[in-house]
Amino acid sequence: MAINASQSGLKRTPLHDLHLAMDARMAPFAGYELPIQYPLGVLKEHLHTRAAAGLFDVSHMGQIALRPRQGNLADIAFGLERLIPTDVIALAAGRQRYAFFTNADGGILDDLMIAHCGDHLFLVVNASRRAADEAHLRAALSPICAVEVLENRALLALQGPAAEDVLVRLAADIAAMRFMDVRVLTIAGSECLVTRSGYTGEDGFEISIAAADAEKLARELLENPSVAPAGLGARDSLRTEAGLCLYGSDIAENTTPVEAALEWAMPKVRRRTGARSGGFPGAEVILQQLDTGPAKRRVGLRPRTRTPIRAGSLLFAEASASDPIGTVTSGGFGPSLGGPVAMGYVPLAFAAHDAGLFAQVRGTRVPVEVTDLPFVPHRYKRT
Amino acid sequence: MLKFTPEHEWLRIDGDVAVVGITQHAQERLGDLVFVELPETGKSFERGAPAAVVESVKAASEVYAPISGQVVETNQSIVTDPALVNSDPMGNGWFFKLKIADRSEIDSLIDENAYKTLLG
Repeated sequence: MAINASQSGLKRTPLHDLHLAMDARMAPFAGYELPIQYPLGVLKEHLHTRAAAGLFDVSHMGQIALRPRQGNLADIAFGLERLIPTDVIALAAGRQRYAFFTNADGGILDDLMIAHCGDHLFLVVNASRRAADEAHLRAALSPICAVEVLENRALLALQGPAAEDVLVRLAADIAAMRFMDVRVLTIAGSECLVTRSGYTGEDGFEISIAAADAEKLARELLENPSVAPAGLGARDSLRTEAGLCLYGSDIAENTTPVEAALEWAMPKVRRRTGARSGGFPGAEVILQQLDTGPAKRRVGLRPRTRTPIRAGSLLFAEASASDPIGTVTSGGFGPSLGGPVAMGYVPLAFAAHDAGLFAQVRGTRVPVEVTDLPFVPHRYKRT
Repeated sequence: MLKFTPEHEWLRIDGDVAVVGITQHAQERLGDLVFVELPETGKSFERGAPAAVVESVKAASEVYAPISGQVVETNQSIVTDPALVNSDPMGNGWFFKLKIADRSEIDSLIDENAYKTLLG
């Protein structure tokens, strides 16, 4: 059997030494050397996160501050709405929102989180898209604001039902936060920018902290017996069960937000009859797809056998059909479900719940069922 | 007679049949297994051909036929409970039995000491 060896010569996060001290298995991801798993293993890290709390190092993610040149944050919000089909203007101070940059064809250039921090906007973007996003923001917003990529910061994600209990011992104000709130809090003596959000479907927090203070905070969090370190492997299986998109796999420049079933992130104000309808790249395509439906659609796929179906598998309408109708974009074993889970794109006619399809795995056709996402209900603290 | 391959398979050779499995090192590297696909009994493999598939949460890996031969028995208990490969890779976690096609291929397999040296 073939076993991949680890590689080096990559960028490291501020927690690199801690990962090695915890015997993490490191691997390259988006130009960084990151922990794929710890000795506990992907399966148990995943289950531990859903049962208690997992600590993830997501410092590879791009952190970008947009600061107004003239002190007017509304101008930045207005400018961002030229790039992003969401409501940035109504985003209140202390709140965060999921969004995406679109291109002229309506495709997704990147997905991101936007937080309103009072005097600036704080964006979290994908590591692989950071440089492109920075250039995109500068080209559009330079006259209005300073685009500052925050280089010397770590990003920790504490995810799971015990996350609040763990953090509230270090910062009492945590308890007052709801899903998608953002606060500046002092945790373990360090000033942190905390959002109540994540990428696992669980309640949880993402903590932006100065690189120099990150290991101290991580060690303090890990001292709590509810917290186990969790790697990118568990992060991927958790977000797949939660039906969340991975940029470059489930969404990309050739998929629109409507095709990706992400129109929930496009509020009415930016749609056809909204007060600020359109005005973002690809608006004609995207608004048309909202009216008439897209040609293809991202759906959940539940294999009917125990065979995991991985990204890249072709989808067929019939077991004997020769022409594929779609492709799996994410897939694997869902530890919380105890069985395989996948998602992919199919023509709209096949996107109905319960539609029976076939995925090709190692030359054989495996029956799969179109299903609603997420596979595991989200457990965000909305109230 | 216990033999190994550099691809992390072990073979227990008894007469003209070889029991095949993956090593302790392999199961550690793969992590918790969640799916096993075994070959059909009666199927013949050339040495080095993919004969079985093991999957962890994050990836699928192939298990190769370490020598040429015909499958005479498979271990369905690891299909029902893939974790058996993790807990007992050299025993109850065996994969399949091959009727040896060419005994000269056994000479090119390595013994336990050589395998351990290979792992470093």
